[in-house]
This record gives sequence, structure tokens and C-alpha cells, in this order.
Amino acid sequence: MKPVTLLASKALSLTITRLCHQLIEDHGDLGTMALIGLQPRGVLLARRLRQELERITGRPVPAYGELDITFHRDDFRHRAAPPAPSATALDFDLEGRHVVLVDDVLYTGRSIRAGLDALLAFGRPATVHLLVLIDRRFSRELPIAPDYVGRWVDSIGDQRVTVEWQESDGRDRVLLHTTGSDTPTASDIAQGSISDL
Amino acid sequence: MSPSPRTDALASDQLSVEHLLGIKDLIPADIDLIFRTADGFKEVLGRPIKKVPSLRDITIANLFFESSTRTRVSFELAEKRLSADVVNFSSSGSSVSKGETLIDTVNNILAMKVDMVVMRHPDPGAAVFLSRHVGARIVNAGDGTHEHPTQALLDAYSIREKLGKVKGVRVLIAGDILHSRVALSNIFCLQKLGAEVMLCGPSTLMPKHIEALGVKVERDLDKALRWCDVANMLRIQLERQGGDGIANFPSLREYAMVYGLDLARYKRIGKDVVIMHPGPINRGVEVSSEVADHANSIILDQVQNGVAVRMAVLYLLAARIPRNAV
Repeated sequence: MKPVTLLASKALSLTITRLCHQLIEDHGDLGTMALIGLQPRGVLLARRLRQELERITGRPVPAYGELDITFHRDDFRHRAAPPAPSATALDFDLEGRHVVLVDDVLYTGRSIRAGLDALLAFGRPATVHLLVLIDRRFSRELPIAPDYVGRWVDSIGDQRVTVEWQESDGRDRVLLHTTGSDTPTASDIAQGSISDL
Repeated sequence: MSPSPRTDALASDQLSVEHLLGIKDLIPADIDLIFRTADGFKEVLGRPIKKVPSLRDITIANLFFESSTRTRVSFELAEKRLSADVVNFSSSGSSVSKGETLIDTVNNILAMKVDMVVMRHPDPGAAVFLSRHVGARIVNAGDGTHEHPTQALLDAYSIREKLGKVKGVRVLIAGDILHSRVALSNIFCLQKLGAEVMLCGPSTLMPKHIEALGVKVERDLDKALRWCDVANMLRIQLERQGGDGIANFPSLREYAMVYGLDLARYKRIGKDVVIMHPGPINRGVEVSSEVADHANSIILDQVQNGVAVRMAVLYLLAARIPRNAV
């Protein structure tokens, strides 16, 4: 089945701008905020957020980092091959900071659990909040909820959401894929129609 | 539909072997995978909390039938930093001295549900033998004069870290080649990664027909040092000398004069050769203190990288252990 576009390029960029304004609303001059992207796909969003925050505020984001969660995952030995690690770059002290963890798609919540675990190995932040571009509601396997959300999607189990970026995939868009053509749901059609800006 | 990059793209990222018995069995892609994984662990070791939960359901037995400090501590730290459960066993005071066979010893330990065995043994081939007879993953931590694969991996990893590459690098391995499992594993590892290898040492400590492995052999240490980018100065294995009742060299003093690297000889090379040593150093024999502590020496980096490389090996081997059906 042909994938449905959840967010096209312009809608995606508006969403990122909105998320940045929400961050500024909550964190003021961003002085104590730390923006941390989860490897491998969350960092692409985090880099965009950083760019956009700098465009809006006219100042560099004081604390920006990228965090690899590979060795904290709970699916080691549950999959065919071990996950390959990516780079971690966290060169500031977490103590007292208000961390915003960034990932592209929130689904089962397990990556975020691993991300929290990995994050706390670096110190004790004042608070940790979660920012995701896409929240796949009703599919959580752990009690984890996002604080900043780009778009909610009600999707069923065999559907998949992919986020594509200009830098890595050639264009900006968010797609909803449905494997197997037997059960198309009302939600993917509805989600698609409102997003083609 | 394109596969999700988060999972499917990594599907080929696993080792081609179930045990790490020697470098000889590895393909270059394995070594590359170990190095990339070790990069991740090296970063973990720089964190305030240097521990990850990956192997929390794995139990590892360290069986050391031959004395070792550095390798045993390095393995044990690697295992603990991966959150594995660890049991240590050394041959002194064990039932080995009461006549139990190797297979019986290990099977008794495995009966207590051990998943992996890290073994050092004085007999060449002990690790291969064990892998054929017991149902655990074996990591060879040195088998007699045969192989010491994790040492070779950490040596090559340290060269890669210092020089940015291994391919095309000229590596001199000098000293007691005859008794060295480090030399053999290093030759295999460096050649698989595309480095050039030269051996240098007294002819009594040079195995016959070693050229058949495709290495250069040079008797003159000064010439060899001028050729190389990296000099790995092996330890004279005093405990293995003269097993046949004949000394391999007249005296340590004479060995140090002809095949030892002191500061005067190092300065004569006229370029920044990287100094390596697998430890433990006999200071004043194969290298002088000034050279061992020189700015171009990466001896302590080797030790530090050893933990990250061993974590990578254990992690990648553990990934291939099937999970027990509950």
C-alpha cells in the first residue's frame, strides 16, 4: 500500500518552529536548558531545532548534545544482529540543567527508557522533558509520555512511521506506511488528508 | 517500501564466528566491526558512570590456567562494565592440580549455567579444543605460544587511534618472536587490515620459515627501526627461555645492548616512531625507561584501549548466544 504523507516539507518546518517557540516559552533564554538528541534519528531533529532556536533567539544554544543509547537498549539478544553504536557528544555538565530529550518518533517508549538510563550515567539533571516529532498514541509499552509533540498519530501495530530529512534522505517529510493491504484503517486516511500543505 | 534505518540496515552487523579463538579465523569485516563497537565503549568509559546494562543476563567464567595480571584485570573490568556476572578461577589451588581434565573442569563450571568462558592456558590449541567439547562461547585469552587475539586487536586498535589508519602502516615487531603468541596474533591481525609487518630479533628467537607468513625479517634493529612507523617491542619471556636446556642468548645485558631500544638508539632513527609494548615491561631490557615513558609511547593507551576492545568482543559474541526459552 502506498505510504500516506503525515507531514510534508512545509508542515514539518512549521511544526519545528512551533516546537521551538514552546521551548522558548518554557525555558526563557535557554540558559539552563540542554537540548539532547537521541542517536541515530533523533539527532537529525535536534539539529534542526537547534538551528531554528538560534534563528529565533539570535544566540547559540548554550548546551547541545547527542546521546547514543545502544548499550542501554533492552532488546539486546532479542534481535538478529546487535545494534551498532553511534557517537555520543555531551561535553557539558548535566548537574542542575533542564534537559529536553529529542527523538523523532515515540512508539513503544523503550528507546526513551534507554535514553533516560544513558542520560543519567552522565549526572543528575534538574528536570528531563521529552520532545518528539511524532507521537504514536495508544502503542506505549512503558509508562512514558511526551511533553512536546509535533503531531499525534493513531496507528495500528503493523503500520510504521518514518521521518525523512533533507540532510540524510533528500527531502523533509513524515510518512505512514501500512504493510499488507488487507486492513487499511480510517485513521491513516484521515491523518493523510489534513497534512498535505 | 524501504526498510527502517533503525533496525534492518544493521542486520549484517555481526561477527562471522561464535568464539574468539584466534585472529586467524576472523575476516577483516569482523575486525572492523569490533573496532567500531569499541569506539562506542571507549566513549562509555569516559562517562562518570562507566557501566552499561547490555550483558546483565550473561554469566562469564574467567579461567586462568597460567598467571596473568593485566589481561585478567582487563577482561574482568570489561565484563563488569557490561554488567555481566563474573566468576574467576585460577589453576593454583583448584582441582586441576588434583588431576581433573580440562573438559571436566569446564563442564563442571558450565553446569552452574555459565554462558561464556574466557580462558588462558599454557597449551597451544587449548581454546580450540575446548570450543569443540563444551557448550559455551570461548574467548581465547592466550593459549601457550599460539594466539592472543584480544591483545592483537587492542594493538591494532591503538595504532588506528594514534595514526588514524592501519592500512599501509609499517609495523615492526621486535624481540622474542619464538615464544610470543602476541607476535603471531599481531601478524594475522595487521595483515588482515593491510599493514606491512617486519620482524626483528636474534635468530635463536625467530621461528624457522616465519617468512612464509608474508612478513619481512630483519636482523639489524637499527635498520628495522628506520623502516617502520610503529615499533612493538615484545617482552623477553624469561619464564619460557631455555626449555631445552640451551640458552637462546648469552645474557640479558647482551640482549639489551643488541636488541634493546634505549633513548640514544631511538634518537638515531630520526623520525617519530610510535612505541608499543604488550607488557609487562622488563625496563632496561627490551626498552629503556626513557623510551617506555616517551611522548611517542602509546603503551598506556594500549592498556586503556584493552578494556574497550574486550568489551566489544564480549558484547558481539554475547549477541550471538540464543536466549533461553522461558
